Amino acid sequence: MDLKDLYRDVILDHKRQPRNFGVIENADAHADGHNPLCGDRLTVSLRLNGDRIEDVRFQGEGCAISTASASLMTEAIKGKDRAAIHDLFTRVHALLTDPGAVPSPDLGKLAALSGVREFPARVKCASLCWHTLNAALERSDATVSTE
Amino acid sequence: MSVQVLHSTPAPVYDVERVRRDFPILTRMVNGKPLVYLDSAASAQRPRRVIEAVDQYETHSHANVHRGVHALSQEATEAFEGARDRVRRFINASTTREILFVRGTTEGINLVAQSYARSRLGKGDEILITALEHHANIVPWQLVCEQTGATLKVAPIDRRGDLIYEEFEKLLSPRTRVVAVAHVSNALGTILPVKRIIDAAHAHGAVVVVDGAQAIPHTRVDVRALGADFYAFSAHKLYGPTGIGVLYGRESLLAEMPPWQGGGDMIKAVTFERTTYNDLPWKFEAGTPNISGAVGLAAAMDFVDELGIENIAAHEQRLLQVANEELARVPGLRFVGTAAHKAAVISFTLDGVHPHDIGTVLDAEGVAVRTGHHCAMPVMDFFRVPATARASFACYNTENEIGRLVTALRKVREVFG
Repeated sequence: MDLKDLYRDVILDHKRQPRNFGVIENADAHADGHNPLCGDRLTVSLRLNGDRIEDVRFQGEGCAISTASASLMTEAIKGKDRAAIHDLFTRVHALLTDPGAVPSPDLGKLAALSGVREFPARVKCASLCWHTLNAALERSDATVSTE
Repeated sequence: MSVQVLHSTPAPVYDVERVRRDFPILTRMVNGKPLVYLDSAASAQRPRRVIEAVDQYETHSHANVHRGVHALSQEATEAFEGARDRVRRFINASTTREILFVRGTTEGINLVAQSYARSRLGKGDEILITALEHHANIVPWQLVCEQTGATLKVAPIDRRGDLIYEEFEKLLSPRTRVVAVAHVSNALGTILPVKRIIDAAHAHGAVVVVDGAQAIPHTRVDVRALGADFYAFSAHKLYGPTGIGVLYGRESLLAEMPPWQGGGDMIKAVTFERTTYNDLPWKFEAGTPNISGAVGLAAAMDFVDELGIENIAAHEQRLLQVANEELARVPGLRFVGTAAHKAAVISFTLDGVHPHDIGTVLDAEGVAVRTGHHCAMPVMDFFRVPATARASFACYNTENEIGRLVTALRKVREVFG
């Protein structure tokens, strides 16, 4: 177990300077996510153009992993359609949980999250934003939970 | 010429290294470093004698209790009822009829809520708690309020994490039927003036339920001196096993209360028309109990009494003072909970670092602390933090371990800049 595997430079950078941080006014969809284990909360808001995500922002208070993961996610999904996002989520999820998963080259910066699986207590921190995104995409205003 | 050497008897010294040798787990390594266990407020470790007492019972004496005429059943019954008397002596109750074995503090409070409060309270009645309660002393009362129409009142705390006693007193009225308070706050370490609270509540005719989970390992609990009507605690905070705890209840109240759960052991006679309940305390103990847990709890009480709870408390208070001084020097560290009277529990945050990240870095250094909301989300809300890191100290912790904590916290700063 090496801390540097978890807190890679990319993660620390996105924790210090989260990208796409904030709320989209009059968003087409948004959802609140909550990790009751640690009290992390975040909101994901979306501007949609048909099936495609035109803009995305997140806001919330969380640990380095949860903040960086959300920031990386917003960068990765902008401009993508639902099918591509679903595919991306499947691969990120495998990256976070499957000990054998090899990050595919097209994951880009998201591959920095591969260290998280060595820290099982932190997997939910990294996946909260994705669950929240899914809820937003389903246009659900309900609060989702990692439990 | 002879020299006379005067020997004075030295005051007995608390030998923490000797205490540590009783705890096998403390020799283990975590992530390549010697374990520094600072999470005893979540669950304390077990001394060898507790482990051995449970093992001895399981190996030689196990059978069901109160049921057989055979040797093992009698031995098991003696061990179980012997443990009950051990508990009675530990908290100075007058009779074992007042000692109910439950799964833990949470179940004890739920028992009072469902058996005592639910059958008596109605619209217009009030239940008074404080703003620093653990969820286990909030939610059972919310349930009762939903069931009965009673109202939940919450006495406020101040920025130090102390109960604002005057406000608490103002909330007491003839409508107050139940007062439920922590003896010691799990998230903040605050020691509440329970004796004063109990006397004031009694003056208004309310019964008092004390959540003693965090107090029992740190302070002498004498239920008769306190005058508590109900006092609940868990064995695993007191160096005993998990899954067993105690609800002390005043006999006159327990006698009037309906059973909480139905089943074996809590009955005298059953026909399809009518059931005669068992005597106290068994009326409240449906089903086969946690026998080995009770045996372990009794051994834990022997352990604590042998060390002396006052000696343990003095040792922990020394650690608390050292830790307060050392931690105050860590850049960006803020204490959450600075009450004048505290148990050896320190909640804190580090500027710019989420408690979860603190916990992970500390763990990599072999230092175990609790991070999160400590099942006290209203307390976190009050201090406007999502969570805290919490270091808690027990009979086996050392000043050297505080040094390890501080070094690990400096490492957190290194990682997060």
